[in-house]
Amino acid sequence: MSEPAKKEQEKVVDQGIDVGIARLTEDKIKHTINSVIKVETGARLKAYVETCIHCGLCSEACHYYLSQGNDPKFSPVGKVKQTMWEMLKKKGKVSPEFMRRAVEIAHTECNLCKRCAQYCPFGIDIAYIMTVVRRIIHKLGITPLYIQDTAHSHSVTMNQMWVKDDEWPDTLQWQEEEAQAEIPTLRIPLEKEGADIMYSVIAPEPKFQAQLIYQAAVIMDVAGVNWTMPATPGWDNSDMAMFTGDNELMGRLKRSHFETAARLKVKKIVMGECGHAFRSVYDMGNRWLGWKMPPIPIVHAIEFYYELLKAGKIKIAKKYATPVTLHDPCNVVRGGGLEEKARYVAHAICEEVIEMHPNREHNYCCCAGGGVINCGPPYKMKRIKGNKVKADQLFRAKTDGAETLITPCHNCHSGLHDIVTHYEIGMDIKFFGDIIYEAMEKPGAIDG
Amino acid sequence: MIDSKSWDWETSEKVIEFDDWKNKFKWVEEPYASPDGEKIAAVVNVDEGEFNVCVNGETWENTFDKVWYLRFSPDGRLTALISEMGEWTLAVDGTPWEDKYGYAWNTMFSSDGKNIAVAVQQDMKYSMAVNGIAWKQTYPNMTNYTLSSDGSKTAASVQVGEFDSGEIHKFQEGAYTAALDGKAWDTKFVNVWNMAISPDGKSLAAEVRLNLYDYTIAVNGKPWDKTYTSVWEPIFHPENNTVVAPVRVEGKWAMAEDNKLIWDRRFVQLWNQVFSPDGKKLAAVVAPSYGKWTVAIDGIPWKVTFRDLVTDLAFSSDGERLAAVAKEGETWKIVVDGKVWNNTFDMAWKPVFSPDNQYVASRVEKKGKYTVVLNDRVWSHKCEAAWDPVFSPDGNKILFRTIENGNYYRRIMPVTELAG
Ligand code: SF4
Ligand code: SF4
Repeated sequence: MSEPAKKEQEKVVDQGIDVGIARLTEDKIKHTINSVIKVETGARLKAYVETCIHCGLCSEACHYYLSQGNDPKFSPVGKVKQTMWEMLKKKGKVSPEFMRRAVEIAHTECNLCKRCAQYCPFGIDIAYIMTVVRRIIHKLGITPLYIQDTAHSHSVTMNQMWVKDDEWPDTLQWQEEEAQAEIPTLRIPLEKEGADIMYSVIAPEPKFQAQLIYQAAVIMDVAGVNWTMPATPGWDNSDMAMFTGDNELMGRLKRSHFETAARLKVKKIVMGECGHAFRSVYDMGNRWLGWKMPPIPIVHAIEFYYELLKAGKIKIAKKYATPVTLHDPCNVVRGGGLEEKARYVAHAICEEVIEMHPNREHNYCCCAGGGVINCGPPYKMKRIKGNKVKADQLFRAKTDGAETLITPCHNCHSGLHDIVTHYEIGMDIKFFGDIIYEAMEKPGAIDG
Repeated sequence: MIDSKSWDWETSEKVIEFDDWKNKFKWVEEPYASPDGEKIAAVVNVDEGEFNVCVNGETWENTFDKVWYLRFSPDGRLTALISEMGEWTLAVDGTPWEDKYGYAWNTMFSSDGKNIAVAVQQDMKYSMAVNGIAWKQTYPNMTNYTLSSDGSKTAASVQVGEFDSGEIHKFQEGAYTAALDGKAWDTKFVNVWNMAISPDGKSLAAEVRLNLYDYTIAVNGKPWDKTYTSVWEPIFHPENNTVVAPVRVEGKWAMAEDNKLIWDRRFVQLWNQVFSPDGKKLAAVVAPSYGKWTVAIDGIPWKVTFRDLVTDLAFSSDGERLAAVAKEGETWKIVVDGKVWNNTFDMAWKPVFSPDNQYVASRVEKKGKYTVVLNDRVWSHKCEAAWDPVFSPDGNKILFRTIENGNYYRRIMPVTELAG
């Protein structure tokens, strides 16, 4: 099948953790753990910890456990046992070395994918417990370097990639010009107050994947959508602060996003194909700010494409001929219930859709989500090794005939790229937007 | 503030053809009406990569490679961000500022419209420019642009320390500060966010983060001696220069003035605070409990609450009345003095009070058609576009600016005609 992943170095060098650990005292650890648990958790954590009967039924749910030869260390309950239970049992009296292992577990051995919660007879949400561990890690200043750097970028620029205020509108204008070579009258309307829709993306799009903005603009233009993009900070819907446990910063980012939409007087925010960003605007960030639901409705790209296709606002000239399989991103499927809409879109634009198994809300995580890929190169092999089960799943889909893998999420896209490459699966990976752009009728296009 | 006495408050209707512009240009972008309603303008595409601005049917003299962010200054001058030969600047009534930049953006106006500021970048160095003159100082990065109400001062968060990508601990030592008219504070912070300039132009207050956990407000570079788990944007009292900001204490939000908590109540959320013009009252958007939003005046919330959003607070000129926009589900509402109007909308804009404070009017939209609502009575015209209504200085008349059947209309009506 494939080469086994290279043996992981025993100890990863990560300045974010190493420097932070060196500054810790046992007193500080104890005080921080106890204050987070006392002030910020309450009934939920208590109920989870008291309800768990250590039955291990959750183990089979976790791709890390399944990929690591059923090593109990990687089982969901095993992760709690090595972190939160010890912290509670010892009333916060744990060592800096214990905390180093806790960082590894919470940040690089759990994607907060919530698959395990479906397998637990009591619905215990291990991801929530890992989030509390990450909050403690944040407060102790021992978050892995790469994701901490990303949180710093968020704090300065309100976006994930240090994109400066002028670089953003400049990039949009450049993409508009590029797209006008194809559709001469196409616009990316900036700061158009009163448009129906504000389109928001994550910062890797302007930074590295500007063609995705181009494609989205073509789709909007052809569909005749009254849309706009902000020219100010608030355009980025991503949120690594959510994953580092910096809730205050997460709230600041989400406020900026929603206030930008409110300022532009739009009715909806349509967001690109990203999963974690959806979680941050639809669940975590909005709620931290006091909104039960997003104050301006959020429409994920999957749902948006579904609506456009269903209403005939975009028409498919020629369906994508290569057989595809569809990856269900955790945050928009388990977290947002978009699995059937995703299938509607896939079938509308592709000749043949081959299901991978398990699928829908039971799908395996990509192992990149939950901020794990954002912890950077030191953990790449662990992430790839930790998801052999995904490679096997993709192989089976390939054996069934699938040649292209659709992943309507940025993190999944990157994570699965690593899996596909390492295990030599040989599949093309695409966003829905890539295929729609390729397959759709473009009446205004020069050679359309 | 703009003195609208000299505007034409007599002619009941003026019409300018608008839709036929589409025949003259490749495309016509979204239009903007001047504050006095005499002009309608839009960015137009003349040819491939050639843009202009059309005002009342006439274009500016020169075309540009790109024109965007077309906005009228409150004094009626028409501005746009333009590019020529790869350089950017601001054009005012068709004339570009002499100085050109690598990029120029974020146009801001003083309340009388006399001063216009933009953020500028040249060779990856950042500063602000007012009326075409840039700060002497430049910075490697800049955000949170601020213009004082009279436009005499500009401020921003600026980067003053160096760190490379991935140098997280260097970053955490603090690399940012605030600059007033280009001059940076001496103190460095981890972050500097929203800021405000005092009415006398002498002081600058900003949200700052001292490390990853401690937030406070810094005034003229000096942080308050108490820190909080978070803070929101500060504002200055209009009369006595005190600084007021929401601060997070024990998981709830409180209002602080010069670092002292001033309201008894704590809120799940608290932001967008505004003073009445005389500074006697302080109002803010609040969430008294989770998922419930309203307005609090001097810390006392209105009884009525809304599920989604409360925004666009507007005090009457005497400070006695307050209006806001609220949203529940897909319905937008106008709320005045805690009472919700019966008419609801698909969108509503910031309410406007008449000078005598008896009337409140708002631009609203329903089913894709725009109109104006005044004291909960909806004007019968269903328009393709509308701008905020304006009351005459004596409060007897109201100016409507709309597009109907492809024509731009400037109408003057007695307030009583709509109010009934
Ligand atoms: S990675 Fe997913 S399945 Fe595994 S423990 Fe974390 S949330 Fe549960
Ligand atoms: S399945 Fe639930 S009860 Fe059983 S060990 Fe896992 S978390 Fe505990």
